[in-house]
Amino acid sequence: MRERGRGKERAVESFTERLIRATGILVILFLVLIFLFLIQEGGAAFLEIPPGELLQTRWYPNEARFGILPLVLGSLLVTAGAAMVSLPLGLLTAVFVAEVAPRWMREVLKPFIEVLAGIPSVVLGFLGMVAISPLVREFLDAPTGLTALTGSVMLAYMALPTIVSVAEDALDAVPRSYRDAALALGATRWQTIWRVTVPAARSGILTAMMLGIGRAIGETMAVMMVTGNAARMPLTADSFLRPVRTMTATIAAEMGEVARGSTHYHVLFAIGLVLFLVTFLINLIAAWSIFRQRRRHGRLLS
Amino acid sequence: MSRHLKQRLGYTLLALAAMAVVLPILLVVGIIVAEGAPAISWEFLTAMPREGMRAGGILPAIVGTVLLTLGTAVFAVPLGVAVAIYLAEYARDTTLTRLIRLAIINLAGVPSVVYGLFGLGLFVLFLRLGTSILAGSLTLAIMTLPVIISTAEEALRAVPQSFRVVSISLGGTRWQTVRRIVLPQALPGILTGVILGLERAAGETAPILFTVAAFFLPRLPRSIFDQTMALPYHLFVISTQVPGMPVRIQYGTALVLLIFVLSMNGLATVIRSRFRARRQW
Repeated sequence: MRERGRGKERAVESFTERLIRATGILVILFLVLIFLFLIQEGGAAFLEIPPGELLQTRWYPNEARFGILPLVLGSLLVTAGAAMVSLPLGLLTAVFVAEVAPRWMREVLKPFIEVLAGIPSVVLGFLGMVAISPLVREFLDAPTGLTALTGSVMLAYMALPTIVSVAEDALDAVPRSYRDAALALGATRWQTIWRVTVPAARSGILTAMMLGIGRAIGETMAVMMVTGNAARMPLTADSFLRPVRTMTATIAAEMGEVARGSTHYHVLFAIGLVLFLVTFLINLIAAWSIFRQRRRHGRLLS
Repeated sequence: MSRHLKQRLGYTLLALAAMAVVLPILLVVGIIVAEGAPAISWEFLTAMPREGMRAGGILPAIVGTVLLTLGTAVFAVPLGVAVAIYLAEYARDTTLTRLIRLAIINLAGVPSVVYGLFGLGLFVLFLRLGTSILAGSLTLAIMTLPVIISTAEEALRAVPQSFRVVSISLGGTRWQTVRRIVLPQALPGILTGVILGLERAAGETAPILFTVAAFFLPRLPRSIFDQTMALPYHLFVISTQVPGMPVRIQYGTALVLLIFVLSMNGLATVIRSRFRARRQW
């Protein structure tokens, strides 16, 4: 009796363990599936439209003009603007939290930054529309206030939590002895931060920045709500103060209205595919430096 | 300039940067609470929308978001925790493990609107679930997985190795050790990660745009194959698609969504700090 019970238990156990192993592979499968579905639904676009036409500068789906260049450049412009704000601000804040702030302040700041990460993008977008765009309209003399700049500011704040927390982790992981050695040699804390700690954490900081940029380029709702959504080539000097339209906003705004299987539908999936590949590349770079960092720390410890 | 003066100036710069991050958060939350609070009433929370959403309440949106969050949890939690157990307790450092980690990092970086496209392609059309709570929950669940996996794995790894060694040396099998020793010890940490992941799902709009969200549906969903309104999408609709919308209702909806999401955040913080205070190692 008891023997049989134990045998059954063992069978359940080995089944559970096998199941758990399988779930790991499921994660890879999801990523592959996303890629395959984007290709399946979006690939047709590359057959239906000559590649030269996709790279045109006019996006008027109603007149069958599917030039995605203004959308790609729109995404790049807004993301670049966001990066200019959030990369330095994020790094400085991470250094402050990890290296300078007293313990109690850390305990206050970290939850605050988590709150920022938790605020839904649609709430930020709404506030951007009703509170920030009037300011932009008034002080920067932009006709509607719904501009690339407004979008960049929103995006910068949405990327900040990622940048700050990942960079802070990287700084935290720098061994105490590095700092002690620098201080013992007579360096000030400030010198230690910039010449020892930050360089030692650089691959983690690079990861933080890549992940932040990846978040910004993929952000949808807030950007759609505050950038004005005009599909124009952002090539003039005042582009930051004029409306733009990003790839993400185009998909979100138009997918609801297109007929399934139409060229427009396929092109929207193709834009999704481009977005997927761009973020995939960015994350690959981020992942690469995570792995490298792990290996290096492994060596340090052994 | 003396190097100590330089340090003082530098510290000031860093503190200013941190202020520049924190103050807008306070401002955002403050404005929404101040402007949204007057809109909140019993009717606003429990009535159907009326007059083209310009009056009445937001009950169907609240219910929709609660259902979607629960639906996400049903799919994402068991799967996410299982993957975390695999990575923390079973996997060796092989090529396969690395591929899985790479996939998780990349899943975390897929834009939310691309999850929406994927959900539309796989769940709504290919599996013929239609625009439904089921399709929306599944889409949100896959989006939430990376957060749950990475926080749960961290929680499992934080359990000291000695706990496992003792259990195994007393004759426990690997699975018994995981289930009776490691999991209970890591539970608060896992719970924190789960809540933070669900918090993100609750606030997302783009993944539900084409998979579940209804523009205007003044009744409660009847089954998991029904469409539903949801708070984030509703806020988007009433702030961009409906002309002549009273600002008060917009702020009120934003406040309800913010309270929903931030109370989950608060819960996660409380669990984490209690756990830290009580943990046995």
